[in-house]
Amino acid sequence: MYKDSIKILEIKSNIARQKIIEVTTEVEGGHLAGSLSCIDILIAIYFKVLKHKPKNPNWENRDRFILSKGHGAPALYTVLAMNKYFPEEELFTLRKINSRLQGHPDCKKLPGIEISTGSLGQGLSVAVGMALGYKYDGKNSQIYCLLGDGECDEGQVWEAAMFASSYNLKNITIIIDRNGYQIDGRTEDVMKLEPLDLKWKSFGWEVEEIDGHDMRKIVDVLDKSRGRRIVIIAHTIKGKGVSFLENNNAYHAKPCSRKDCKRAIVELSKKYELI
Amino acid sequence: MEILNELKKSTRQAYGEVLLELGKEKDNLFVMDADLSVSTKTCYFAKSFPKRFYNAGIAEQNMIGIASGLSKTGKTVIVSTLAVFTPGRVFDQVRNTLVHSNCDVKIVATHGGISVGKDGSSHQSIEDIALARVIPGMRVIVPCDAVETKKVIKKVVDTKGPFYVRLGRADVPVITSEETEFEIGKGYVLKEGKDVTLIGCGMTVFEILGAADILASENIDAEVINMSSIKPIDGDLIIESANKTKKIFTCEEHSIIGGLGSAVLETLEEKIDVFVKRIGIQDCFGESGLPEELFEKYGLSATKITEKVKKYIG
Ligand SMILES: Cc1ncc(C[n+]2csc(CCOP(=O)(O)OP(=O)(O)O)c2C)c(N)n1
Repeated sequence: MYKDSIKILEIKSNIARQKIIEVTTEVEGGHLAGSLSCIDILIAIYFKVLKHKPKNPNWENRDRFILSKGHGAPALYTVLAMNKYFPEEELFTLRKINSRLQGHPDCKKLPGIEISTGSLGQGLSVAVGMALGYKYDGKNSQIYCLLGDGECDEGQVWEAAMFASSYNLKNITIIIDRNGYQIDGRTEDVMKLEPLDLKWKSFGWEVEEIDGHDMRKIVDVLDKSRGRRIVIIAHTIKGKGVSFLENNNAYHAKPCSRKDCKRAIVELSKKYELI
Repeated sequence: MEILNELKKSTRQAYGEVLLELGKEKDNLFVMDADLSVSTKTCYFAKSFPKRFYNAGIAEQNMIGIASGLSKTGKTVIVSTLAVFTPGRVFDQVRNTLVHSNCDVKIVATHGGISVGKDGSSHQSIEDIALARVIPGMRVIVPCDAVETKKVIKKVVDTKGPFYVRLGRADVPVITSEETEFEIGKGYVLKEGKDVTLIGCGMTVFEILGAADILASENIDAEVINMSSIKPIDGDLIIESANKTKKIFTCEEHSIIGGLGSAVLETLEEKIDVFVKRIGIQDCFGESGLPEELFEKYGLSATKITEKVKKYIG
């Protein structure tokens, strides 16, 4: 039974990857590679972990998810559509005039978006503020926040980290999409983050490290994170799922050409058969 | 106009007091500060309602984010620090998180302008009104005295969405009364006149009232307007007064670039028949000194304002 449900999530991930590639190619824009590195995590969160009601996005006792790396919008929009927050066809309005699917998430426009993001380094503070509010209200729901690894260059991330442990919050899970890249290259070349685990530990957080594409591990660690203050360093591959996109930072903010899109879909479809 | 000169109080002190009142009335009101609660006067609230006060430490950017998140769990949040740090240091956080997400967060900054005094230019905010005003959807209020401050704080707490309220460090005479109105988007004529219009906000309202008195003794009849609501601004009142006097002087302890003066000019952009002169900080930093010395040196005292008016309208 459990095995099956993991399989279903893997299938959903595969479908989501195809969708992200198709949509970004079709609309000729969007941050592709960093969407593919975090999509397994988002699928696990929205289909397995999060207490939420897509038909009632403002449900008071919901868990919350904050995409701090707002440029991962194509991934977030895809899982929201798959969860029926809005019709799937609408995905093809991404980045277009009059669309609710802005280049970066806009909470005033689209249901299911908890806060606008896009300027990096700010989402964790908001997540911590929400965790603080929930603690005050005596709610036992959890706040989940996804950060980019490059995003951890921002000092505000560490201000928020300090705040959460200073106020002893125990209802917040951070997932770091540790794909090893930021715009100008490898994170360890642009701005060293290691030892990243020790940094978070010294800021008063529990730390777990996982393979961010192993669905069973993702679900396990996220489920067990409830009621804790924990950072999950998810080791991921930028562009994961398609051979010519993997670890290819040229696709940071660039979609596939139409030809490459077809190739990518063929590759993913083969993988789909194997699941 | 009769001024109760003996009654002096800083707007930040009035803020601290009104927060205490509001804390009792509204259990949904939360306050944050960044290690300056004694200066901003949020310390009274902190002491009386410790469970609804969060100190962010010296981390203003995070404070804006925390307050935004907190507000999204259904709470009204006020954040305070010095005006030189917000929106300046936290501009991106205010723009991209707080206002972009239409959070129910009010930024109440104290120590606006050069009247900060001896701490000098590093602590004298002369750009904050411009920075706050330019953000789409942000509303900007600068009350002129302690009595108006209390009304302003009550009003912004009761009005959903983001606000920037600028308060001062120095004691300032009380010139409004309990009966004086305050509404967001309204300016108030404190003295009617027909020769020239003087528009101020914050501490300069007292100075333009003084200038109007001196001008009256020289047979110049000045209209005096308290424009505490800078955004939205009372365009109708400005145009009405401009049509009458044809000459407008704005006065603020803020850069002449982007503040009250600019807002007034924007309102008058299609009126070619009105003379406008902005009195304010002339694109330079302030310096250490007593507030009254600084007002004199930087041209914001009643006598200096009077000189300026006479120079231009002779
Ligand atoms: C404050 C801020 N500075 C710069 C940018 C531009 N920017 C967008 S994505 C990005 C790199 C992010 O790297 P990372 O967090 O590792 O994300 P990923 O590699 O997973 O896409 C940068 C610098 C931004 N959005 N916000």
